[in-house]
Amino acid sequence: MIDIAIIATLTLLGYLFGRAAERRHFASILRREEQLKELLVFNERHLPPGDWQQGPLVGGNVVISLDYFKRVVSTLKSLFGGRLTAYESLLERARREALLRMKAQAHTLGAQMVVNVRLETASISKGKGDQIGSVEVYAYGTALIR
Amino acid sequence: MQISNIELIPGHRIVRHLGMVQGNTVRAKHVGKDILAGFKNIFGGELKAYTELLTEAREEAVQRMIAQAQHLGANAVVNVRFSTSSVTAGAAELFAYGTAVELVEESQA
Repeated sequence: MIDIAIIATLTLLGYLFGRAAERRHFASILRREEQLKELLVFNERHLPPGDWQQGPLVGGNVVISLDYFKRVVSTLKSLFGGRLTAYESLLERARREALLRMKAQAHTLGAQMVVNVRLETASISKGKGDQIGSVEVYAYGTALIR
Repeated sequence: MQISNIELIPGHRIVRHLGMVQGNTVRAKHVGKDILAGFKNIFGGELKAYTELLTEAREEAVQRMIAQAQHLGANAVVNVRFSTSSVTAGAAELFAYGTAVELVEESQA
């Protein structure tokens, strides 16, 4: 009985805090994407024409965790298969955040664009039953400076 | 030492290829940080301690790769790639590899 109460409390806490945190995070991502939209990002490896002086490596990473509510929901959902929207939004947040951090670093170096961008995803902590609790995304590329 | 993940460095010309160099590091999570991360697992959101840990670890892997390149007499590493894998529970391996090259500035070439 106590176990069920604990799980229910954790789920409720996860739902309330997790949802608020995710909404805040998406708002912040949109705001910063707007600020950095002048800085273009490409994933092709050829340099656009121009007299580029420097091309340092830039990168950004982030580790993001699922909240308890989403973890419970996706556990239940994975019994039936289909889309796990909880993980979809987790990975989307992580990728966009990592890209933004990379762009922020390029911006402070005075770069015009970032080419050959690669994204790498790794599951960091595995909980009970090999369930993925948090993911790391690392974005890196070559910043081009005139 | 210049590092790039494309096969050239702007404004420079590669005069010699010195082969592949690599650097790795395996990091385990700190217990204290792990407990804090446990709380975060309830509320969700960024695990800042882990982000920093992995940034440091990646930095170290790059430093090891650079040390190897310097040993070969290179002054740049091009085509750098990163890779992460979890080897055992609670530990991650960060791996950086690239091609060590010798560069000269375009004007001198």
